[in-house]
Amino acid sequence: MEVLFSLLVGVFFAAAIYLMLSKFLVRILLGVAILGNAVNLLLFTSGRILREVPPVIPAGLDRQVAVTANPLPQALILTAIVISFSFFAFLLVLSYRAFQDLGTDNANDMRVAEPVADSAPPTGY
Amino acid sequence: MNTVIFRTLAPFLTALMLLFSVFVLLRGHNEPGGGFIGGLIAAAAMAIYGVARGIQPVREALWFHPMAIAAFGLLLACVAGLVSMLAAVPFLTGLWIYPSLFGVEVPLSTVMLFDLGVYLVVVGAITSIALALEREDI
Amino acid sequence: MQSGMMAMTFVAFCLPFAGALAAPLLTRLLGSRAALPLSLFPLAIFVHFAQLLPEIGRGEIVTGGYMWVPHYNVSFSWLIDGLSLTFLLLISGIGALIVLYSGAYLKGHPHQGRFFSFILMFMGAMLGLVASDSFLMLFVFWELTSITSFLLIGFDHAREASRRAALQALVVTGGGGLMLLAGLLVIWDVTGVTQLSLLLSFGPEVRASPFYVAILVLVLGGAFTKSAQFPFHFWLPNAMEAPTPVSAYLHSATMVKAGVYLLMRLNPVLGGTTPWETILPAFGGLTLLVGAVLSIRQTDLKLMLAYTTVASLGLLVMLTGFGSEHAAAAAALYLVAHSLFKGALFMVAGLVDHETGTRDITRLGGLGRAMPLTFAAALLAALSMGGLPPFFGFLAKEEVYVALSGGSLRSMAFMLAAVIGNALMFAVAFAIALKPFLGPRVATPKAPHEGPALLWLGPMLLAVCGLAAGLISAEVHALVTSPLASAIAGQPQVVTVSAMPHVSLALLLSAVTIVLGVAFFLLLDRARLAADRLVEDIGWGPDRGFDQFMAGLVRFSHRLTRLLQPGRMEVYLTITFAVVAAALLLPLAWYGEWPRLPIWPADAQFHELAVMALAIAGVFGVLTATNRLNAILALGIQGFAVALLFLLFGAPDLSFTQFMVETLSVVILTLVMTRLHLQPRDARPLSQKLPDAALAIACGLGFSLYLLKVTQGRFDPVLTEFFNLYSKAIAHGANVVNVIIVDFRGTDTLGEIAVVMTTGLAILSLIRIRKSVAGSAATATGPKKATAGDTQR
Repeated sequence: MEVLFSLLVGVFFAAAIYLMLSKFLVRILLGVAILGNAVNLLLFTSGRILREVPPVIPAGLDRQVAVTANPLPQALILTAIVISFSFFAFLLVLSYRAFQDLGTDNANDMRVAEPVADSAPPTGY
Repeated sequence: MNTVIFRTLAPFLTALMLLFSVFVLLRGHNEPGGGFIGGLIAAAAMAIYGVARGIQPVREALWFHPMAIAAFGLLLACVAGLVSMLAAVPFLTGLWIYPSLFGVEVPLSTVMLFDLGVYLVVVGAITSIALALEREDI
Repeated sequence: MQSGMMAMTFVAFCLPFAGALAAPLLTRLLGSRAALPLSLFPLAIFVHFAQLLPEIGRGEIVTGGYMWVPHYNVSFSWLIDGLSLTFLLLISGIGALIVLYSGAYLKGHPHQGRFFSFILMFMGAMLGLVASDSFLMLFVFWELTSITSFLLIGFDHAREASRRAALQALVVTGGGGLMLLAGLLVIWDVTGVTQLSLLLSFGPEVRASPFYVAILVLVLGGAFTKSAQFPFHFWLPNAMEAPTPVSAYLHSATMVKAGVYLLMRLNPVLGGTTPWETILPAFGGLTLLVGAVLSIRQTDLKLMLAYTTVASLGLLVMLTGFGSEHAAAAAALYLVAHSLFKGALFMVAGLVDHETGTRDITRLGGLGRAMPLTFAAALLAALSMGGLPPFFGFLAKEEVYVALSGGSLRSMAFMLAAVIGNALMFAVAFAIALKPFLGPRVATPKAPHEGPALLWLGPMLLAVCGLAAGLISAEVHALVTSPLASAIAGQPQVVTVSAMPHVSLALLLSAVTIVLGVAFFLLLDRARLAADRLVEDIGWGPDRGFDQFMAGLVRFSHRLTRLLQPGRMEVYLTITFAVVAAALLLPLAWYGEWPRLPIWPADAQFHELAVMALAIAGVFGVLTATNRLNAILALGIQGFAVALLFLLFGAPDLSFTQFMVETLSVVILTLVMTRLHLQPRDARPLSQKLPDAALAIACGLGFSLYLLKVTQGRFDPVLTEFFNLYSKAIAHGANVVNVIIVDFRGTDTLGEIAVVMTTGLAILSLIRIRKSVAGSAATATGPKKATAGDTQR
């Protein structure tokens, strides 16, 4: 199954990056959302894939005896999902605020911090 | 989304989801579940209630500001770590006690306290984000 | 060293910093009289280290210190031998006089407390520098002297010249400090020791190392910039923008000698080789001549002295690297003599300036009657600087000539340089000591009169020391110069030269120097014109070069920044992802490690393939969506498909989390996008779309291939097995994923929930900023207006 997952991850990454290369904030946001999933799947796949057996130790046993899915990437991804959601929400609000203040959703028109006609810094002491 | 059915059902749905979130939180150590998932379920419950009834009733029902809840959660998580230090083991080492309650042995641990902290942070932070975005006048 | 003595020494190193803390408060309470209590700090240090004189005089070495970071073998430790002790006494002794002097010199200045603070801080840094045993402390104190000197030169920061001089000194000496750090690191790498006291026995290894030349260049880079050797000499005269006490202290007696100190300290380790004995005398000799000629050209008392300081430093460097039998002794004697007479003369220059309002030698004259004590101090110091018996300067010059009289061509050349340099300095010394005081009275901006006692006390004391040291030279040699020369040479040396002239080649050369010096003195005005013309003919100098360098640096940085940061996000993202694609694909291509051709998994089941197809459909839906509803819907579909995938492949925890997050994402996306009426349009022209698509596909392909390669390799199950084994046994939890999150990797999780919390706060504040800034406008125009784009400012 790793083969199929690898291809899937490639598709996710390509789509996310294509969206992020756009100038428009909404498409960039959508790209970021997909990028989060792409990274999670990447982690999931690199921990190898097993079907249907969650990494839970059966009652009455002290250690895992059966072959189960790999718990380590799952632990990493679980927190990553929540964090990427917070990040996504932050970007969403940021773009929303940028739109309200600047009246555009085109990243190229947002030149407040880096104005187009930026004069050279003064030389001297 | 402001149908009568939705508005009537939403409080019950919210209550059920909150109950379920606590259940998911508590069983997390031995079955699928835990603080992150529980917290997200509870936050989703708040969001639904907010969409149905507006944000003011949610704020009143919560009693505390959601960010204060999150901060309290972070505090609990830190306390869970500091208790371990008081017991002269490294920060965040799990400590367990088994008091007997009505004849039933109840396992309590700093790990559970930590998970509760995670739950509260997720509930508080995400509810506050959702409520902020649900406001009409931002 | 007994622990009591060790603690006292440690306290001595901390005292200046304590004084620096106390200075502003004391000055606020006592005004300029704060100089009296503050001078007790350096005085106490002087007394403490003076106790070590007999011990060091017997040829012993005092070491001590405390571990600082035991794990990395970093210690705060000191090494006190003849070299260090001489410096410690000069720094603390002259320091005490300077504190008193600046009490009177800057009386009534609004920032006098700050000045005291800086001076004491500098003193602490300098004391630490000359006594440090560990490389790290040496470097830290080295840079600390650069920083405090920056503060002191720029003390009068309202003037542009001060700011320029301060920055120049910082750039030159700080840059040299970085070279020194690199050099010390190479030495550490070669020898494995990080302490000077241990390094002294590693001389042969260092000299035989293939990195010897690199070490030499780096260390000399540090020393030459600090000690103002040609072509880095230009910062020192400019540093005369500082108040005169600073010039007297930092730029004659102490800081500029740090480079010389370093060379002397490392002479036993690095010295004795052909490069060492070529580079040092060559640069030193050149600096001596350049400094002496330039000093003739000046009319400002301080600038004349500054250039002679450059020349003297050149002489010291030349002697340190010369390598003859008497060179170490000559360097030792000249070092001490120079500190005494140059410090005194600088203070005299400041005193004249303070009392008359000018330092221009052509506008001064006949002050001798009005300022007899100043005149006396100046004359005593000049006699020492001119090298007349029985002053200490005479001893130094005798020894210099003895050291250089080897008979070889090399010795003759350097001898010639030394004679010319000394003669020119002789002329300058007497020009400063005689011209302002003799002859007809010249009108000055202020009516001249003798300065307060604190002002003439310092120069007088130093000048008298120069005389006394020459008279009781046997004792001085036993306590100071012999141990000092031994430390420089790395083997026991006994200095014997006395103030009693006896017939020799050196005496003859002294006489020649004096005759030449008198000639230069008499022809000073003509010599000044000649030097002026010479400099004007050359035109370009390193000082102007510095300005060009700094301006060029600013222009270069600006252009580079414009190139790398054009302000267009798509450029940033394109560069980032191009690098990602290259990092993924190029190593695979370079090493030919492509993954094996994948085989279609036989066990893939229909429902699994269907979910994957759903995910891909969702992604394509997002890509091709033309209105917001479709985009959000498609985004939800791919998210839920991923959640299903997690569920199907043994990750129920992930699945539930993903479901919840996708639900919330869709909800908040809908809320925001509904209100904004944003459309996910893609207005890129085709010529833009194709390269973007190519880049995106390259990245996607890279990740796919990389992941295939990884999963085809061997799986290392160590961690997984660890968690499976101990999850229940140690952490009492059956759900291994949850146990990892809340127990095994609890600290990570703590950080992560802190991130979630911070994001929440950031979002809230983003929303609230708007409310407070546009609050009045928003309430006036109503909520409806606020949603449109018309609120831009």
